[in-house]
Amino acid sequence: MRAVTWHGRHDVRVDSVPDPEIVNPRDCIIKITSTAICGSDLHLYDGYIPGMRAGDILGHENMGEVVEVGAKSTLKKGQRVVIPFTISCGSCFFCSKQQFSACDNSNPAETADPSEIAYGHSMGGAFGYAHLTGGYAGGQAEYLRVPYSDVGPIVIPDGLEDDKVLFLSDILPTGWQAAVNCDIEPGDTVAVWGCGPVGLFAIQSAFVLGAHRVIAIDHFPRRLQLAKSMGAEILNYEEVDVRDALNEMTGGIGPDACIDAVGMESHGMSVDNIADTIKAHTYLGTDRPHALRQVILACRKGGRVSIPGVYGGMADKFPIGALMEKGLTVKSGQTHVQKFGRKLLEMIGEGKLDTTFLISHRSSLEDAPDMYRHWHDEQNDYTKIVLKPDMAKGDIKTTKELADVDA
Amino acid sequence: MAGAKSGSGNDLTTGQRVAIGAGAAAAVAGAALLFTRKSGGPSDDKRISDAPSWTLRDTPTGDKGALIGRSVTINLPRREVYDRWRDFTRFPDFMDNVRSVEKLGDRRSRWTIEAPAGKTVELVTEIIHDVPGERIAWKSVEGSEIITAGQAMFSDAPPGRGTVVQLVMTYAPPAGAIGKLVAKLFQREPAIQARRDLRRFKQLLETGEVTVNASPSARKSESPTEARI
Repeated sequence: MRAVTWHGRHDVRVDSVPDPEIVNPRDCIIKITSTAICGSDLHLYDGYIPGMRAGDILGHENMGEVVEVGAKSTLKKGQRVVIPFTISCGSCFFCSKQQFSACDNSNPAETADPSEIAYGHSMGGAFGYAHLTGGYAGGQAEYLRVPYSDVGPIVIPDGLEDDKVLFLSDILPTGWQAAVNCDIEPGDTVAVWGCGPVGLFAIQSAFVLGAHRVIAIDHFPRRLQLAKSMGAEILNYEEVDVRDALNEMTGGIGPDACIDAVGMESHGMSVDNIADTIKAHTYLGTDRPHALRQVILACRKGGRVSIPGVYGGMADKFPIGALMEKGLTVKSGQTHVQKFGRKLLEMIGEGKLDTTFLISHRSSLEDAPDMYRHWHDEQNDYTKIVLKPDMAKGDIKTTKELADVDA
Repeated sequence: MAGAKSGSGNDLTTGQRVAIGAGAAAAVAGAALLFTRKSGGPSDDKRISDAPSWTLRDTPTGDKGALIGRSVTINLPRREVYDRWRDFTRFPDFMDNVRSVEKLGDRRSRWTIEAPAGKTVELVTEIIHDVPGERIAWKSVEGSEIITAGQAMFSDAPPGRGTVVQLVMTYAPPAGAIGKLVAKLFQREPAIQARRDLRRFKQLLETGEVTVNASPSARKSESPTEARI
C-alpha cells in the first residue's frame, strides 16, 4: 500500500510499504477514507518529538471502513468508523477511570521504557506518533491496523459524511476537553491562545459549555477571522500587548480561564521565545513555552489554566511564582478521546457543533509532502488539511472551490 | 556471607521481612542461593524507610549478579492473578526469552531459555515456598546452567484496584563458555527483562493479549506482523 512516511526533519515522503495484518484477536483493519494532518504532526515535521525513526508512517486523525476483523473484535466488515488517536485497552485502572490516554497497556513492553525514564511513568499508545507512544504505524496510508478495536472505534451512522465526523479522532475532543478542563462558571471569560484547529474547537466548546465571553489570540488574520466566526472576540498579538489588552477587556480582573492551544513551538518575536528557539536548535533545551508563560501571567487570581497544547520535555524560565502566588489550577494532558467521542457524535448529528468550517484543503495521499510544507509555511491559508486516499494526485480542493460546486 | 545485605523490606502480606539480597551476594560468591526470613521484631538495621528492600541504594547490582525488584498493579482479584502465575508452563506467553517450561512434578520445572545464535540454556527450578494467593518462591537446583532464585508476592491493591504483584529475582551466571553466553543474555540489563516480562504479564491478564505494535513501516528489515523496538 501507499503510505506517508517520516524520514527526518522536514523530510516527509510517500512510500510503498507492506499492508497491515491482524496480529491480535481484538484487532481490526480499516481501509482509510479520510485522514488529516494535525498541528502536532508539525512537531514531528520540525523534529521536536524524540523517538521518531526514519520510515515511520504518520497520521493519527483517521477514519475508514472496516475490512478485516480479529476473532474478538466487536466490529463488522463494512462499518464506517472513526479511530481515536489514543490507543486504549479499556480494562486497566486508568481506562476504568476514563483516563483513556493514560492507558497502562497500550504502549508495548518493547517501547514503554523511554517514556518511563523521561516522564516517570510510561505513556499510553497512540497512532503514528513516535516510539515514545508505542511506535504504532499511523493512518496517513491506505490501510491501518487498529488494536483493541472493541474499545476505541466510534461507529458512524449512515448519512454523516466523513468531513463532519473525522475530527472526532482528535482535534474536536481535544478542543472539548480543553474547555471542560476550564471548569467554566456563569459569567466566565475564557481566553484561548492559538486559533489552530484545537483552539477553534476549544472556542466553540467553551461557548457550548456556558462561557460568557471568549477572547482568542493569534497573529494569522484568517485564523482570527475563523475564531470571530465562532463568536470570539479576537486579539492579534502583533497589534496589541496581550496581557494589557486582556486586563482592559476584563475590567482589570483578567480572564477566568486560559487555554494554551499553542504548545511547544510558540511563534512571536519576544525575547523569551528567541532565547528558547536558540536553545532548541543548539540542543540546550527542548520546549518553547512562550505562550504558556503568558497564559499564567494573564490568568486572573484563582483562575484556571488548561493546556491541550503539546509539550515534550523541559521548560526554562517557567513562572512558577505567578502560578503559586495567584493560586491557579492547572489541568492538562493528552485527550481521553474515548470518554467524549459518542457524546460529541450525538451533538454533531443534532447540528450543535460545526466541524467543517476550518477545513481549507483536501488532497490525495500522494500530495502529502507538499501539504506538510504548506501546513508548516503558510498557516494563514492552510487552516486544516484532509487527505483522501481515493483522490487523484494533484487534485487539490480548497474549501472555496467546494463551496462554489455546492452553490 | 561476606558482603551480604539483609534488606529491611516490608512484606506486604505477612509482615515477614524478606532478605533476598543475601541470596544475590551468596550467588556471586558461588555458593547456593539462600532465602532468609526474619519474623519481625527489633533489628540492628538502622535504616528507617518503609520501602521494599530492593529499592535500597546499596542493593547489589552490576554484571556479577543482581537483585531485581519490580511492582505492578493488575486490575484483577488476587487469587486469579496468583493462579495465572502459578501455572509456570504458560510463562512463554509473556516471557520474551523463555521457549518452554515443562512440569517435572508439582514443585519442579525445567526451563528452556533462548540464547543468542540459536542456542538454548536449561535450568530446573524448585518451588521452596508456596502460599496460595500470597506468594510463590523458587530457586534453581544444583546443576542448572543459571543460578537463580525468585519470589512473586501478591497483595490486595487499595479497594477496587485489583492486585499488586511484586517480583523479586536474583541470578548469577556460572563460569566458562556457557556462563559467557548466559551473561550476554541476562546480565547486561536484567532489570529491563524483568520489567518487560511483568508488563506483558499484566497486559495478558488485563486485556487478554500481549500488546504489540506490529505494523508496517518503510524499513525493509521489518515485518508488519512482528514487534518493532
